Amino acid sequence: MALLQTENLTAHYGDFQALFGVDIRLEEGETVAIIGANGAGKTTLMRSISGVLRNQPEAIVFDKDRIGSTHAADIVKKGIAMVPEGRKLFPSLSVEENLLIGAYGRKTDGPWNLESIYSMFPVLKERRTNAGTALSGGQQQMVAIGRALMSNPRVLLCDEISLGLAPVIIKDIYAALPKIKETGTSIVVVEQDIGQALKVADRVYCMMEGRITLEGSPSDLSRDAIHNAYFGASA
Amino acid sequence: MIWIDTIVQGVLLGGLYALFAAGLSLVFGIMRLVNLAHGDLIVMAAYLILVLVTLLGIDPFLAALIAAPFLFGVGWLLQMHVLNRTLGPDILPPLLVTFGLSIVIQNALLEGFSADSKRLSVGQLETASLALGPVNVGVMPLLTFISAIVVIVALNRLFYSTSLGRAFRATSDDAVTASLMGVRPQNIFATATGIAMVVVTIAALYLGTRANFDPTIGPARLIYAFEAVIIGGLGSLWGTLAGGIIIGVAQTLGAAINPEWQILAGHVAFVVVLLLRPRGLFPRAVD
Repeated sequence: MALLQTENLTAHYGDFQALFGVDIRLEEGETVAIIGANGAGKTTLMRSISGVLRNQPEAIVFDKDRIGSTHAADIVKKGIAMVPEGRKLFPSLSVEENLLIGAYGRKTDGPWNLESIYSMFPVLKERRTNAGTALSGGQQQMVAIGRALMSNPRVLLCDEISLGLAPVIIKDIYAALPKIKETGTSIVVVEQDIGQALKVADRVYCMMEGRITLEGSPSDLSRDAIHNAYFGASA
Repeated sequence: MIWIDTIVQGVLLGGLYALFAAGLSLVFGIMRLVNLAHGDLIVMAAYLILVLVTLLGIDPFLAALIAAPFLFGVGWLLQMHVLNRTLGPDILPPLLVTFGLSIVIQNALLEGFSADSKRLSVGQLETASLALGPVNVGVMPLLTFISAIVVIVALNRLFYSTSLGRAFRATSDDAVTASLMGVRPQNIFATATGIAMVVVTIAALYLGTRANFDPTIGPARLIYAFEAVIIGGLGSLWGTLAGGIIIGVAQTLGAAINPEWQILAGHVAFVVVLLLRPRGLFPRAVD
C-alpha cells in the first residue's frame, strides 16, 4: 500500500465543489508532481491532505491511517508537513523563530534541525535574527521549506514553491529537493511550472477543473498529452 | 518635594493599573479579543481570595497562590467552551458575549456577597512604609509596583524566550498556518486566557488589599485597564506598564491640584496620548 493515498476525494467551499473524486498515491521515498493551471484544484488538494480542509474522513489514507477528518496540527505530528502557497511566514517571528516553530509538533527526531537547515541554506544563518518577512522572496521560500522540514516529516507537501520568484532563484530552490529526498522524505510538488516539476518528479499527475486528467512518469508522457491534460483537449 | 512625592505615588499606583491591564493586553495581543468582563473577573478573583481567607483563615497572599491555578482552569474552560466560539472575522460576537458575562458576574456576586463593600486585610503591611531617599512610600504600593514589573518581565520572557511564546505569536499572526506547524489555535487561546486569569488573580490581590471592593466596581477597573493598554499600544506589554504609570501619575497630579480632579486627570491624559499617538506609545509593528 502507498504511503499516502487519496481515494475518490471530493472537497467543497460552501456550495462550490472544488475536487471531484481525486485519486492520487505517493510511495515511500518518491517525488510526485501535481501540475495544472490556476484553479485546477491543486492547492485544494494540498489543503485537504494537510488537514486545513476537512471534508471526508475516509478519503485520505496515510500509513494505513484514515486521516481525512484529522486536525491539521495532528497531521503534522503524524508526519505530513506543508510548505504553503505564498510562504506564509509569521511576521512577528525572526527567521530562526520561524524555523523553530516548525518543530512545535515534532514527535520524533530525524535528520532535520537548525544546523542541517542552515547547512542547506547558509544565507538563513546569516539572517537568522531578521524578521522572516524582511527577507527576499527566495530567502523567504527557503525559510518556509526549512520550517516544514523542522518537523522531520515523512511527507513534504510543496505548494507552488516557485510562485513569484526569479528563474535563477527557482533553480536554487529546486536544487534543494533532491537533497531532501536523499534523507528519505517523500515529496509532493504542486506546480504551474511544468518544466521544473518534470525535472524533479518520479511521477506526474495533471489536474484540470478538480479532476485528475493525466498520470504517468515524466519520460512516458508526451508533450501533447500534457498539453491536452493541462488545458483540455480542445485548447 | 511634594511634587516628587506625588509623582512617585503616581508611578506606584500605575503598577496597580498595569496589573489590571496586563491580562487584557495578553488576551488582546494574541487573539484580538476585547474582554469586556475583564474588570469583573478581577473583582470575582478578589472575592475568591476573600472566601479562601475567611474559610481557611490564611493570609491573602497564600490565598491568591491557591486561587491562581483554580482561576487558570476557569479561564481555560471559559475560553475553550465559550469565547472560542465567538472568535472570527466579526468583532461583535466577543464584545456581546463578554458584555453579557460581565452582567452575569456582577449579578452573581451581588447575589452571593451582597452590595456591601469588602476588603482583604494584610495586617501591619497595610500601613508599613519605607523611606526611599527624600520620600516615604507604602510597602503595599511598592509591592504592587514590583509585582507589576515581575509580571511584565515574566510575560515577556514567556512570549519571546519559550516555545509556547512562539506559538502564541505565530497563532496571533496566522492561526491557519500555525496549525500547519502542529499548533492547535483553540488550545493556545485557552492557555492564553488561563495565564491572563493568573495575572487577574495577582491584580485582584492588590485591588482587595489596597481598597474596598464590591460587585459593581469591575467596569471602572476595565476602563483603567483599557486606557493603559491603548496608551501603551495594543498588545505591547511594556507599553501597558508605561500606560498604567501615565494614568497613575496623571491621577495623583490631578488629585494634588484638586482632589475632585483625580479620576478626570487620568482620562484627560488618556485622551491627550490618543490625540498625539493614536496607535499608542509602543504599537506592534505588524498591527
